[in-house]
Amino acid sequence: MSFLRFGYVSGPIIGALWLFVLSTTVSITMSFATGDPFRPSLWASLFCGVILGGVATTANAMPMKAGVIGAVVFILTLVGFGPIVMETSAFNGVVAALILAAAMGGSMAKIMDKCPMGPLTRHEMEEVWIRFLTGFGYIFFTAIVLIPFYVMVMTSLKSQAALLQNPLDFSLDIDKGWALFRSYQELFRDFNFGTYMWTSFYVSVLTVLITLAFSVPGAYAVARLQFKGRAAFSRSILLIYMVPMIVLALPIYIAFSVTGLRNTILGIVLIYPVTTIPVALYMLQGYFRGLPAEVEEAGLMDGLNRLQVIWKITLPLALPALASVSLYVFMIAWNEFLLAFMLLDDPSIFTLTRGVAMLNSSEIPREHLMAGAVIATIPVMVLFLGLEKFMTKGLTAGSVKG
Amino acid sequence: MTVASPPKGTGPLQRREARLAWMLLLPTISIVSLVVILPLLAIFWISFKPIGLADLRPVTPVVREDLRNAGDPDQAIRYRVQNRSQDTPIENVVFTDTIPEGATLGILPPDCSLTGAELTCVIGTLEPRDRLTFLIPVTLEGDLEAMEDALEDDTEAAATGEADSILTNTEFTVANFVRVFDANEFWTVMWATVFYTVFGTVGALVFGLFAALLLNKSFKGQGILRGLYLFPYVAPVIAVAFTWVNLFDPFSGSANALLVQMGVTVETINFFGQRPLALIMVTVFEIWRYFPLSFLFILARMQSIDTDMYEAADMDGASPFQKFWYLSLPMLLGILSVLFLLRFIWTFNKFDDIFLLTGGNAGTRTLTVNVYEQAFAISNIGAGAAVAVVIFGCLLLFSFFFFRFISREEGL
Repeated sequence: MSFLRFGYVSGPIIGALWLFVLSTTVSITMSFATGDPFRPSLWASLFCGVILGGVATTANAMPMKAGVIGAVVFILTLVGFGPIVMETSAFNGVVAALILAAAMGGSMAKIMDKCPMGPLTRHEMEEVWIRFLTGFGYIFFTAIVLIPFYVMVMTSLKSQAALLQNPLDFSLDIDKGWALFRSYQELFRDFNFGTYMWTSFYVSVLTVLITLAFSVPGAYAVARLQFKGRAAFSRSILLIYMVPMIVLALPIYIAFSVTGLRNTILGIVLIYPVTTIPVALYMLQGYFRGLPAEVEEAGLMDGLNRLQVIWKITLPLALPALASVSLYVFMIAWNEFLLAFMLLDDPSIFTLTRGVAMLNSSEIPREHLMAGAVIATIPVMVLFLGLEKFMTKGLTAGSVKG
Repeated sequence: MTVASPPKGTGPLQRREARLAWMLLLPTISIVSLVVILPLLAIFWISFKPIGLADLRPVTPVVREDLRNAGDPDQAIRYRVQNRSQDTPIENVVFTDTIPEGATLGILPPDCSLTGAELTCVIGTLEPRDRLTFLIPVTLEGDLEAMEDALEDDTEAAATGEADSILTNTEFTVANFVRVFDANEFWTVMWATVFYTVFGTVGALVFGLFAALLLNKSFKGQGILRGLYLFPYVAPVIAVAFTWVNLFDPFSGSANALLVQMGVTVETINFFGQRPLALIMVTVFEIWRYFPLSFLFILARMQSIDTDMYEAADMDGASPFQKFWYLSLPMLLGILSVLFLLRFIWTFNKFDDIFLLTGGNAGTRTLTVNVYEQAFAISNIGAGAAVAVVIFGCLLLFSFFFFRFISREEGL
């Protein structure tokens, strides 16, 4: 790779790659935003990028280089020989060219900052390439995460006929006003989604409460008390954690069919906590171990018994951990699909995920399915974004469960 | 004078503590064994049973009654008792019926007796698909229509019997396992499982590592990006899976439209419907959905690495890549291996994602999907259980490795 250690080699290569990345990104963004065809031109991008990459390694000041690169990209794109080929209105064309020019000008000069044209030290060469890869990484990860969610939301707001005509046209008819949310209205009015939401909510809350009631004492015992078989016990928790749900779902299905618990909310509330107790126990015991034992011992010396110690000392100290565990368990219960799908047949007691699964039929238009997906996603997202600190902590605390 | 020596065995305090511990654990242990251990044992039991989905309904005799030749001199109540099962005999079959007032029965068949208004007929054993008919002459007083209704609808005849349930008898077979291993598709299923598990796990780790490297510096918007990158993991699987199906739909999918517009392909691609693309796509979905998790763990570990080390490396003139290769990576090796093992097991266990994306078609049927496929699509519960036993065997093997590692890497 020693040939990369010259500014006049690394610069043009990075320039070409980066311009292609940017023109693809801008094309996709503009296509999704307007529905008009935008296409990155591979050869024009490479050719243009090679030259601009070279420009970026010159000794001029950074704003100067940025301006020159931006101007070249802007003019070429508008003339029609640029990195983006498009058939769209003049306004959209200017916007696309402007975005691309600004992005390329600013970022290229920054990537090539302090990179001379001639021989590079190893440091300089790696810095330049790392800056390029970092930029690419941000674009790549943001795109792969955002695109599906963007498509989900936008599809739910458009009619299936319009999407069949042009699957790329996600532009919204703002004039329609509230009529945009027609599929949401219909879901709540005709498909009982309000009830499903409520069912999902109280099932999840009950699951959290039952899980905590079982796992707090268990976790405390494993973390603090000495008894024979402690190590074996905490290992078997992990082991249970690894048994796939589908293996258990089969006998549970049989048992519930025979006892008549199938197709009841009671059955669901009975079975959900069992899937979450091992996770919660594992997370909580890790946290309890981290609490100072001296505080509890002081409590014991002052005449509290163990249960009082747990109630009056340990639990108040562990409130943040309880919050993260609750959130995590709530998320698992809310998102749970397999058991709800297997055990519930009666549309009047569906949970939200089961209700969304019901929408996946050829007779129901796509926008209803996507609207259902949005309805199922928003509450978890709101919870997650609002309490992100607890959530990330809870996730790292002991959950590698998927 | 006695010599003081340390106490041997467990003292009363220790015993009390142990007792308390078990008391606190008791609820958890009992409920977990009820819903985890018991079903696991049941799976082993069922996997040796020739049992289908239809066998879950208990085998009971069915009785129906109606009035024949109403109004004629030879009018009679007809009872038809039937064993609808194809292969299970029912023993000790008895049916009873309440005769309404105003109806007088004639000569009873030898198996039947009348006590008060209660008619009881003892039948004995009813062979599979057997059907018995009893005709009992009856005289009716009053309005014929009303009496007919009273006879047929107001008082329902009930039949009881004891049938051998396939779930509890001692009939065993290895046909399920033969079926699972023998079928040609077993190797297809195995291949799909291995491909999905290995590439899904490694891919999620590698992408998670890259994402963590990107965000392992503080800048404006770092928190927002970190939250954003967790989206795929937090959203309900059902929502994102259907979105992917929608996005890659061959007719109305945006991804296909985009590819056609960019000139990458001329014809649209059926991403989830053709081999081997479908298997690659479900693996990509798995990577997409679970890279956030590895990202989160790796980032947490990265941020806990001491910065002094990097300063020392800077003094020695190490380049950025050298710092990553010789300093960061060895520090991350522990978390990476633990993550690999855990994710490996979890990806192996994954069911929902593939089930929602392809339903196990187009060469994407992994072992877990096969459980569902055998038990519910083909209605052969025994075969499904046999696949589940195979899965469980694999898991025992994995967890053996896992515990050997985790005892070394007590980082998690």
